[in-house]
Amino acid sequence: MLGIVLRRLIYAIPIALGVSIVCFSLVYLAPGDPLQTILPADASAEAIAQIKHEYGFDRPIPVQFLYWLGHVVRGDFGVSISTRRPVVDEVMGSLANTIMLTAFAVPISFLLGYTMGAVAGCFPGTALDRIVTGGAVAGVSLPNYWVGIVLMIVFSVELMVLPATGMGANGSAQFSLFSLADLKFLVLPVVTLALVPVGILARSTRAAVAEVRGQDFVTTLRAKGLGEFAIIRHVLKNAMPPVLAVMGLQFGYLMGGSILVETVFTWPGSGFLLSKAIINRDIPVLQGAILMLAMVFVATNLVVDLLQAAIDPRIRRA
Amino acid sequence: MSELAALPDLFPAETLAETRVRGYWQSVTLRLLRDKATLIFGFLLVAILLLAIFAPLVAPFDPYKESIVGRLKPFGWRGHPLGTDELGRDLLSRLIYGARSSLMMGTVPVIIATVIGGTLGVIGGFAGRKVNTAIMRTMDVFYAFPSVLLAVAISGAMGGGMLNGILALSMVFIPAMCRIAETTTAQVRSLDFIEAARATGAGSLTIIRHHVLGNVLGPVFIYASSLVSVAILLGSGLSFLGLGVKPPEPDWGLMLSTLRQSLYVNPIICALPGAAIFVTSICFNLVSDGIRGAMDVRL
Amino acid sequence: MSQTDRGGPAQPLLIARDLVKHFRVAGHNGSGEGRVRAVDGVSFSVFKGETLGIVGESGCGKSTLARLLMHLIRTDSGELIFDGDGVDQPAGVSIAALRRQVQMVFQDSASSLNPRMPIRDSVAFGPFVHGRKKAEAREIARDMLLKVGLNPDLFGPRYPHELSGGQKQRVNIARALAISPRMVILDEAVSALDKSVEAQVLNLLRALRRSFNLTYVFISHDLNVVQYISDRVLVMYLGQVVELGPVDDVFARPLHPYTKALLGSRSTMDPARRIEEPPLTGDPPSPIDPPSGCRFRTRCAHAEAVCGDTMPRLSDWRDRDSHVGACHMHDPASGHSLAVS
Repeated sequence: MLGIVLRRLIYAIPIALGVSIVCFSLVYLAPGDPLQTILPADASAEAIAQIKHEYGFDRPIPVQFLYWLGHVVRGDFGVSISTRRPVVDEVMGSLANTIMLTAFAVPISFLLGYTMGAVAGCFPGTALDRIVTGGAVAGVSLPNYWVGIVLMIVFSVELMVLPATGMGANGSAQFSLFSLADLKFLVLPVVTLALVPVGILARSTRAAVAEVRGQDFVTTLRAKGLGEFAIIRHVLKNAMPPVLAVMGLQFGYLMGGSILVETVFTWPGSGFLLSKAIINRDIPVLQGAILMLAMVFVATNLVVDLLQAAIDPRIRRA
Repeated sequence: MSELAALPDLFPAETLAETRVRGYWQSVTLRLLRDKATLIFGFLLVAILLLAIFAPLVAPFDPYKESIVGRLKPFGWRGHPLGTDELGRDLLSRLIYGARSSLMMGTVPVIIATVIGGTLGVIGGFAGRKVNTAIMRTMDVFYAFPSVLLAVAISGAMGGGMLNGILALSMVFIPAMCRIAETTTAQVRSLDFIEAARATGAGSLTIIRHHVLGNVLGPVFIYASSLVSVAILLGSGLSFLGLGVKPPEPDWGLMLSTLRQSLYVNPIICALPGAAIFVTSICFNLVSDGIRGAMDVRL
Repeated sequence: MSQTDRGGPAQPLLIARDLVKHFRVAGHNGSGEGRVRAVDGVSFSVFKGETLGIVGESGCGKSTLARLLMHLIRTDSGELIFDGDGVDQPAGVSIAALRRQVQMVFQDSASSLNPRMPIRDSVAFGPFVHGRKKAEAREIARDMLLKVGLNPDLFGPRYPHELSGGQKQRVNIARALAISPRMVILDEAVSALDKSVEAQVLNLLRALRRSFNLTYVFISHDLNVVQYISDRVLVMYLGQVVELGPVDDVFARPLHPYTKALLGSRSTMDPARRIEEPPLTGDPPSPIDPPSGCRFRTRCAHAEAVCGDTMPRLSDWRDRDSHVGACHMHDPASGHSLAVS
């Protein structure tokens, strides 16, 4: 087991390196002089010279990358063009808000998706199965920002029971999980975020459950006289690993999809930060946010991989 | 020679089941024709496609014509079947024209990704370990990004616009297509008939042309068709964020974003472009599912 | 496209000398890396016009050997000589040229055929690759299908999944013969077929051998089949040759204890035939870490100290009638107590 942990860790390093290279090159994708893209328009001559020196703009590109990497590893992602604050502060603060959304969305989508899929898988061919499968296909085809807008229309505009945008009755700085008024702001974004993964999870669970049920060992258990409920427990346990894998991927979806949902609800998470940075052409923030989010994704995948290996003994031997 | 003459006696008159000899593609078509659900959604898809192509003939108004007076008017106002948007433009016409950019953003990146990613994948699956590792590990790096994030990153850095959006989406899909092509090629390559072909003395290119491609194109095509609905969602998502199509072009994602300001004035209108995205996406999804069902038969 | 005989009837068509092939295996037994000694010093000859049977249990290296003979896998060491010319040597015959003269029929009849290609195209592929035009290649394919007893008009345009196992295997034989090879290696070619079909295909193979002047290497784990079709037989154990000789001779008077045990383990309906030899005990040892000296000694009832020290050599054989075994009991100089002097 330790061997696998070490191997996956070591494998993650070149991936992380590659991710950072991609993020680094974003500056060069932007049209115009790279120096201009990371500096505010009215920067003084000394500021320009200082940045040039610190980031090695007069050096060849690979050397620039090393300079940049050195800064990044020390936590220096540069300074936001629009707010003049260090990027790392902006990104970290917003990341916490995104994680809050994700923390609620993941269990909801998993529970709902898994249950739906398990039910559909255990009773294949019935009307219930068809409904669940249909719902899953619909879920996968839904643009999640549209769902957010529709929910907003229903609950905020028409019924007026939930707030439409923002985080917290007094702003995000004062947000408290223990305040009902604040919690209301959480509902719509979380539900929107959770909805599409429910479809994907239901689909995967149904497939996994159906496949496991068809396996010989289930027939053997039934022949031994095991009751239906106990058999279902066995089936669900065996169907877990592939579903966990999909769930891990869904975490990445949630991190990426948060951009759209947060924009719709003006929830000050890292996704919203990203879209603001895009509008303002704030490349340092863009770079920093994407790097952070991508790293979180890589780390999550690693954890999911290891969890899978811990649960499924077959993988351990691979 | 007497041995040869005796041969027919070794095998008493053999017959094969009197099935009409059908090629693989004919049987796929037949199966598709029998699948009513897929046919219905297929027709819907064709309808959307035709609407997009013949937009100038079908749309009742000019999608760019603004009107200060007629802003955010409800259904049926002065002949606008679906009302007008926040700048007074006819909503129905903009929806119809919007199909063009959505379909473009949906199909072009997938085609690009299939060609580039597919070729890389077949090469990777067939070549030696070093080439394979080089290609696949590079793909892994791009795979490490969530799709939306990568699309936003590339398109955002490049400044937006439909062309950059298409480029960004292609980059997002190339690793996926490469992976599936490589997996399928590696699978096919390990089958005995490839070894038999090599034993006959055929070179790698000949083997790829005659034996590998035919068996690989199927799964690759199926996967590509399932990516189109994702591309439509991602593309309109990019436009929603302001990274795809730029105003005043009609595009469903963009419309969703601009109409959002008017949520409290005329809520229903705001939902319409999203419904269009949803319907198109689900049609592509179901049709590609149907194609997969028809093609994936274990012979 | 038929190849010319270069050395005359006395020269063996194929000589294999000290073929060695090891596979590296990631070791999970704590030792880091292991090597599977799939083929470990195999030497033999195949004479023109004969059928050489190769028998052994699963894992003895027969299939690896087959692929080495065709150069589908590279040897680690050892040489192959085809009709007097070294294979893959500068002055000898190239691998491509070897592949024009030696063909193979695999065990799994279904996976040996491209599921997306009609039968006649699969058979025509060989001639096509070797320079024939499409129409010519199709004609050859027609001819071959006829020769294996399949009506080309009926079976030609069909796909593999429409044929039965025996028919598919006949297609594979037709495909192997389409480029007029001089030698055909049959790797468990009939093992997956029903018994009745097996008999048909075996008879077909015999007839084809005579009419096309072929040489066969017939690999199988089924002793009865090998006895039926082979002229000489070679017995393999854990990557090495343990016995070699004319088939009737080997089966009637086996020299090596392993051969005796194999033969003795054949079930028979005849109550008069009793098993006299002690049965094989224990599991076959792992090919990663074979026993020292004679590899069979851990299961042999006659094993002694000398068997663990020195590896027994296969005695010199010269012609088709030599019958030799690699066992200390038949080597007067070995020091084994039962060695005949």
